Amino acid sequence: MISLPVTYSLCLVLFFIGLYGIVTKKNAVKIIISIIIMENSVNLFLLLVGYRKDGIAPIMTEGMSVEKFVSGAVDPLTQAMVLTSIVIGLSVVALMVAIAIRIYERFNTFDVSEIKDLKG
Amino acid sequence: MIELFLILNIIAAIIALESKNLLSSIISLGGVGFGLAIIMLFLGAPDVAIVQILVEVVLLIILIRSTIDRDHTRIKCHKEFFSLVTGGAFLGVMLIFVILALQDLPQFGTAMAFGPDRIIPSLEYLSGSLSETGAPNVVTSVLLDYRGYDTLGEATVLFAAIIGALAILRKTKAEKKSKDEK
Amino acid sequence: MKNNKGMTEIVKTITSLVEPAILLYGIHITLYGHLTPGGGFAGGMILAFLFILLFIAYGKDEAFKKLKFPQEHIFDSIGIIGLLFLLSMIFFAGGHYALELINKVYSGRAYHLFSAGPMMLENIAIAVKVGASVFMVFAVLSVFGKEKKND
Repeated sequence: MISLPVTYSLCLVLFFIGLYGIVTKKNAVKIIISIIIMENSVNLFLLLVGYRKDGIAPIMTEGMSVEKFVSGAVDPLTQAMVLTSIVIGLSVVALMVAIAIRIYERFNTFDVSEIKDLKG
Repeated sequence: MIELFLILNIIAAIIALESKNLLSSIISLGGVGFGLAIIMLFLGAPDVAIVQILVEVVLLIILIRSTIDRDHTRIKCHKEFFSLVTGGAFLGVMLIFVILALQDLPQFGTAMAFGPDRIIPSLEYLSGSLSETGAPNVVTSVLLDYRGYDTLGEATVLFAAIIGALAILRKTKAEKKSKDEK
Repeated sequence: MKNNKGMTEIVKTITSLVEPAILLYGIHITLYGHLTPGGGFAGGMILAFLFILLFIAYGKDEAFKKLKFPQEHIFDSIGIIGLLFLLSMIFFAGGHYALELINKVYSGRAYHLFSAGPMMLENIAIAVKVGASVFMVFAVLSVFGKEKKND
């Protein structure tokens, strides 16, 4: 029998909303928004995979024993990867917005279906 | 609690995609990002939550200042039948694979990296961070000590993206000439 | 926004009151990155927000007067060269050797500000680099984009 874990499924629904936007929308700004939503859901999925029930943040405080910390903290590796991924996502979005501005200056529209003149 | 905020996020994402007004769709995108930051706090990731909030603010400022007030903010909406069919087929096929993949995931809350029969770098990081690097914040010690070159590459990507944006937005000679003639 | 005069007097006054607090908060987040949540990325971005706030509140012309504007690429390069230098020094000297060397100079213990070896210097380098980069993203996409439209 098929059984779906609720949290993972909701996260993937978010991913599918972004995918739907990329495939069907025509406005360049809407496409950028869909890509941001997909990025967010992927980052969230990585964090969900590294979570542990009733876990504490991976930051030691003074007087905490190492054994208790190791048995209680959530996964620090996925958090570090997600931190890198978020900042790279910002730079990618900056590049996409620059291209969208250029398209608007040239063709005077954000609608990607009206761009027919691709010659130099 | 996490599920509640995720449902909120999904509603905000649908509004962001389906709204006819670009300004309201960008503000709904802010709803998605800030809701995500709250979920990250629930998941025990304060470092990532701080960076997520800051990046979301930067994205809103960039999108609003660079796109909104140079265009009419209401957009035309024409849907083509063929693209809808393509999108539906795409989503259906992806859905099958996703359901197959979800069967193999461990239950939520039992972290993958802590399983009994896996190679476990995370446990090494957790137990060795204070004695090996001297930093109580394990995320920082992974970023800056165990995987420092990863951070260097990431900083280089940021640098390259900004150089790319500058190169795309610069004025070419032809544009300057046409401006002078006007 | 056709005028580059910035916002109203209320916003300018509040901005000048809030500025030092934002500056101190960014520096604190950066320096204590190895002890508490935060670090180079978050601190650098908060420092970039300081300048973004100046730009939005005071308008382009005032902000150009206050800041010597096209300097960010220098900070950007300084940050990444500092990071490269620190990491290659650790690579050639061996991680634990560099850690012990800097720990001796700092004479630090765990949970103190001057501990954890080169980590604080790396955080400062990342903060300089990310702050300059984020401010450059803002400047390139909104200020330079606007100039073309207004001409």
